[in-house]
Amino acid sequence: MSQSPSLPVWADVLVLPLLNLLTAFFVCGLIIAALGENPFTALQVMINGAFVYSGSLGYTLYYTTNFIFTGLAVAIAFQAMMFNIGGEGQAYLGGLGAGLIAIWLGSIMPALIVVPLAVLAAALFGAAWAFIPGYLQAKRGSHIVITTIMFNFIASALMVWLLAGPLIQPGQQSPQTITFEPSAHLAKATEIIGFFGIKIANSPLNLSFLIAILALLFYWILVWKTRFGYELRAVGQNPEAAHYAGINVPRTIIIALALSGAFAGLMATNEILGVQHKVVLNFTSGYGFTGIAVALMGRNHPIGIFLASLLFGALYQGGAELDFEFQSITREMVLVIQGMIILFSGALAYMFNPPLARLIHRLISRKGTHHA
Amino acid sequence: MHDFLFQLLLTLDATIRVATPLILCAMAGMFSERSGIIDISLEGKLLMGAFVSAALAATTGSALLGVLGAVGVCVILALVHGFACITHRGNQVVSGLAINILASGLTVTIGIALFRQGGQTPLLGKGERFNPIEWPLVELLDSIPVLGVIYRELISGHNLITYLALLAVPLSAFIFYKTRFGLRLRAVGEMPKAVDSAGVSVAWLRYRAVIIAGLLCGIAGAYLSTGQGAGFVREMSAGKGYIALAAVIFGKWRPYPAFFACLMFGFLEAASARLQGVEIPIIGEAPTQLMLALPYIMVVLLLAGFIGKASPPAAIGNPYIK
Repeated sequence: MSQSPSLPVWADVLVLPLLNLLTAFFVCGLIIAALGENPFTALQVMINGAFVYSGSLGYTLYYTTNFIFTGLAVAIAFQAMMFNIGGEGQAYLGGLGAGLIAIWLGSIMPALIVVPLAVLAAALFGAAWAFIPGYLQAKRGSHIVITTIMFNFIASALMVWLLAGPLIQPGQQSPQTITFEPSAHLAKATEIIGFFGIKIANSPLNLSFLIAILALLFYWILVWKTRFGYELRAVGQNPEAAHYAGINVPRTIIIALALSGAFAGLMATNEILGVQHKVVLNFTSGYGFTGIAVALMGRNHPIGIFLASLLFGALYQGGAELDFEFQSITREMVLVIQGMIILFSGALAYMFNPPLARLIHRLISRKGTHHA
Repeated sequence: MHDFLFQLLLTLDATIRVATPLILCAMAGMFSERSGIIDISLEGKLLMGAFVSAALAATTGSALLGVLGAVGVCVILALVHGFACITHRGNQVVSGLAINILASGLTVTIGIALFRQGGQTPLLGKGERFNPIEWPLVELLDSIPVLGVIYRELISGHNLITYLALLAVPLSAFIFYKTRFGLRLRAVGEMPKAVDSAGVSVAWLRYRAVIIAGLLCGIAGAYLSTGQGAGFVREMSAGKGYIALAAVIFGKWRPYPAFFACLMFGFLEAASARLQGVEIPIIGEAPTQLMLALPYIMVVLLLAGFIGKASPPAAIGNPYIK
């Protein structure tokens, strides 16, 4: 292969990701056109649905919250070059942890105690569910991808058994727990902002959005400002070299995975403590997988993760609008868009690298000759 | 006791039906993975195959056209995987995941656009499906005790694709171990550099492997919607592609052990369906969720080295750079 010139930083950080994203959207546009609808109208409908209609921004940010958590989960594992596909199962278990605390303490303790404990339990249960694959990878060489996939299915079976058996609401047929007492609910945005006398449209947006922002900040400090973060990135860059530099590689991997699971588990604070107020079947509904797209698009950087989460939040909320406006396209189109983004921003991330680099190189050198 | 044996026989019969798509997908996964390409997109290809075959069978009235179309589309998906992983050296897990999510979205989107039935295809009639094939002499042999029943229930009466799946196993083993292509395929998954030095194209070998994987997944998908079922319903692959992947790993990337893993996983599913809500002496209610989770638990234990040792192809997951 011929050696192509390397990409300048600004192009690598901005132009290439945008180019990949546009390609994904372009292909989706072709699909929408092939289905007999106008892609630009669809885009307009989605933008309206995500940002313009009353309350839509709240919904968009509510979805964004989920994606920040699951995106962070994938990203922190990526820092150690570990691929955690188990966000789905870890979030599911996080919901179990939060739910158990909420059911146990909800009726006997005030919110000031129940809510922090439930949030902590969500993180801990998620962390525990990722700790096992992390441990097996670090100590016994099990492939993390396969183990975390398997753990998704094991989590699913476990939760079906729990929700249809020991944890089912007495006297009910549908597999879900009892509804939590109000002391285990996360405050909704309408309540918080309403407290200051401002009225906003009703939406499921709740306090967990702030937890998500704090999680982003925590992630940034941890990865770039601490000793552990340095070790984490060192292991991700080159585990061999990290080992000879005296870093305990297995320990770093295990901690990274546990943190990853904790982030995924925190997703349950939004869904379970913030919105559903009970543990229901399949409440994770694929958000764990979307986290992979978020981390890939966001390049594992907190700002990137936030922007990618916002994009996916808007897609999910705006996508729901497609159902009402079109005959031939539905919210499942969002899955297609998500798949295309993972394909072009993830698997084919560097497809445009060589041609783009050659183009930029040519433009710059032409400018150079003008000056000469 | 006699009743128990008959129940067991029916469960074994169901096992074969459940295991058919697993076997085809496992062989598909084996070709891809032995060549060095991780394939978690078995699930997506299976789903897409199921949709395309049902949609084509519903519109053309021919199950055969359905399976051909399914194979075609699944090969295209496999080529996308190949293009990302082989040509552009992308992350194989990411690419597989993209295909799974794409299949999930595309099947429902196109299904709604075509048939407007909430993502399902119309119910297929008898002529649009693969029907059970009655073997000769069933009635004559029925008079023989035990063997007659086994012949009738277990051996006869499956559809064409089931027999194809059973044939795919020795055929795959033959290709892997008795042909030049198979030897090179195994070599390229272990040490691509050596294959390259011998003047054989690594990329072309791997492309052929993923194409075979697409082909087999297409047939498996057709089985789901036009053999076992009578039409496509959304998410009908329901994790079978991942179970097949588990079987590949559990079979340590070899055809016959993977085949037996498929049968075992199929048996667990068939038995758990039969035991739903049944009280068993001593144990109490049958732990059906545990039985369904058992394949995944076993794979985790195997990969952790607690039951035997799984050694994947040495070059798996690594793009080849000249």
